[in-house]
Amino acid sequence: MSEEKQRKLAIICSKGSLDMAYPGMVLANAALMSGIEVHMFFTFWGLDMIVDRKMDNLKITPLGNPSMGMPNLLSILPGMTAMATSMMKKEIAKLDFPPVREFLQMIVDAGGHLYGCKMSMDMMKLTKEDLFPGVERVLGAMEFMEISEGAQIIFI
Amino acid sequence: MPSREIAGKVVEVDAEGFLCNPDEWSKEIAEEIAREEGIEQLTDLHWKVIEFCRADFKARGEPPTLRRITKESGVDTKTLYTLFPKGPAKKVARIAGLGKPTGCI
Repeated sequence: MSEEKQRKLAIICSKGSLDMAYPGMVLANAALMSGIEVHMFFTFWGLDMIVDRKMDNLKITPLGNPSMGMPNLLSILPGMTAMATSMMKKEIAKLDFPPVREFLQMIVDAGGHLYGCKMSMDMMKLTKEDLFPGVERVLGAMEFMEISEGAQIIFI
Repeated sequence: MPSREIAGKVVEVDAEGFLCNPDEWSKEIAEEIAREEGIEQLTDLHWKVIEFCRADFKARGEPPTLRRITKESGVDTKTLYTLFPKGPAKKVARIAGLGKPTGCI
């Protein structure tokens, strides 16, 4: 094909709940399927998506979430978060979307780049060893600026 | 719909060059579209993917998602991206003579 400029996407994932983990991964994967270069930067609660001991256990809570239509008074009951999480995981699987770990591995296998945010990791006392092995590097905000030069940026 | 000649045969294509009618497809057409997509030579592994896509389309009526290809055809994600670099989703569908894929995965 023609020698057009390579389109590039940088996605900043800042949330650690199950429902907020998927938009970033879906967009990253869609971009890779379309031949777009992808960089994912995980910061603050978004680190939960790439912390090895947490990534398989992300949750969604109905508490304070008006979209889920459950009264807050009921949402505080024990087991409600677990129930909502298990329901959402089933729906995700029905659509043939993989769980977080497998999805991120797919993104890495497709050539996507994953980075942990240095400042958030320092704050949470995490090191590279705590992260999912597919994570390429730990970056400071300024390094991310260099990497994302010329990219379209999505903040989630 | 515009039509064009590929590998000596006039076929209907859409604005992005996807075949409109999968039945007009032939192996020679696949080879020529592959060259347009920058793939000089289709190997056995390429054909494994293409044939899976065509069979799956026949069975289910829509082009398979990449997720489905990697799960069902035995060709993993890394290999698929090596075989069809820079945007495998559309390339595979175009070469296999199927419509533009609409799946999100």
